[in-house]
Amino acid sequence: MTAVLCRHFGLHHMDIAEDIASDTFLKASEHWALNGVPDNPTAWLYTVARNKAKDYFKRTAIFETKVRNEIIPESIENEGEFDYNGRIIADSQLAMIFAVCNPANPSESQICLALQILCGFSVEEIADAFLTKIETIRKRLQRGRKNLRNNSFQITTLNETDIRSRLPIVLRTLYLLFNEGYFSKTSSKQVRIELCSEAMRLTLLLTENTLTNTPQVNALLALMCFQSSRLDARTDIRGEAILFDEQDKSRWDQSLIQRGNYYLVNATDRQEVSKYHLEAGIAYWHTAPADDSKWTHILQLYNQLIVVEYSPITALNRVFAFAKVHGKDKAIVEAEKLGLEQNSYYHALLGYLYAQTAAAKSIAHYEQAIQLTKSPTEKRTWQKEITLLRQDKR
Amino acid sequence: MKEFALIFRLTDISDFQPSPEQMQERMNWLGSIAARNQLVDKGNTLLPVPGSAKTVKPDNVVTDGPYTEIKEFISGYIVIKAATIEEAVVIAKENPIFKIGGSIEVREVLKRD
Repeated sequence: MTAVLCRHFGLHHMDIAEDIASDTFLKASEHWALNGVPDNPTAWLYTVARNKAKDYFKRTAIFETKVRNEIIPESIENEGEFDYNGRIIADSQLAMIFAVCNPANPSESQICLALQILCGFSVEEIADAFLTKIETIRKRLQRGRKNLRNNSFQITTLNETDIRSRLPIVLRTLYLLFNEGYFSKTSSKQVRIELCSEAMRLTLLLTENTLTNTPQVNALLALMCFQSSRLDARTDIRGEAILFDEQDKSRWDQSLIQRGNYYLVNATDRQEVSKYHLEAGIAYWHTAPADDSKWTHILQLYNQLIVVEYSPITALNRVFAFAKVHGKDKAIVEAEKLGLEQNSYYHALLGYLYAQTAAAKSIAHYEQAIQLTKSPTEKRTWQKEITLLRQDKR
Repeated sequence: MKEFALIFRLTDISDFQPSPEQMQERMNWLGSIAARNQLVDKGNTLLPVPGSAKTVKPDNVVTDGPYTEIKEFISGYIVIKAATIEEAVVIAKENPIFKIGGSIEVREVLKRD
């Protein structure tokens, strides 16, 4: 709703649009409680919102003309075209994604803004997802909004050049949004699932518009489908991570895997192999049954991915795949070249690689990993490994 | 960090088309450099085959192929970063090209501004 209102009145009035939206829902809760839910609740909500918006702009206009003797703001002229059918709503949300993903803001602000404006998350929920103080998130959002306003960004009809140039940032934001949920530091399963499904909903929206239905978008959506097929199986009842090898594969969501296959086929394009293609490929092979070639394929995809874009986590995952193909001893040599001594996952990986051959070294690495991480869940997971190693006395 | 070009040379044209296994080994090597965040440019392959390679010389002389006087030919290059040339050499030594009698020239890059 906020997105639709902003499209009409411009991002300058984003705060007002949000106020109107929440006023509308407040009125709905009062009205519906007394009179029952109307036949068409969506239309009801938008009618109320429209009237409230009109009222607001009339008041503002009177104020502006009488007190400041200025002309009526231009945006009021648009009010006649107010229209809340499905197409406009989808387009407004789409336009809003592109507005929020403004390079004027750093990426973490972009995600916060996306969560708040597009997904309707509260400041508390965002703070929870990022394991950050509420005050920090509030400031981040304020700065982000100010930057958007200073850039005098208008949500207008999307033009092709703008879409092309902004699409990579949009995709990265959605990718980070999804990862924030999938690898979230919070142990609340609810928050994780919401973040992931919001990212998927917005990416799906991109595939429904002919301008943005690119191979990369499909590859990203395929990746999200494959990953979320395991969302249920990768944490236990207490929200603790279950390692890939120990996951109950019958709990993987087959319908999501099939959706992933569908989008991966759509993403196929000889011209273009993006990092989303490669990551989707890796996620695809993870869902495939284990055979001789599985990890060879995964390793090759990691080789390509790390060449396209370096990240410490890709480097570490690559070594894990390397161990599956070439054995743990050779993988240790690869791992120790990485120079990631300050990274907790680096030590967790070495802990894993040394577990069978050198228990003492393995324990030492797990201990370093525990020291470096802030996540209580990870601390517990690695502590469990140490306990097992001590019991084993291998 | 300095930048170094690694220039690959082969002696036998039939080695130019790698087997799937050789391709994998090569990619493992490239991936290993990238995993250390030392890959600057994944470079390119330079085609040595007729129709794709010519040498232009003084007095309007154009010959086919890259290899008129020397037997070995350049098959490609990449650019890496390393603290010293010794470190770059260590990285070069891990390349599987030596199994098929190839060689690698390591050259520090001096950037033209």
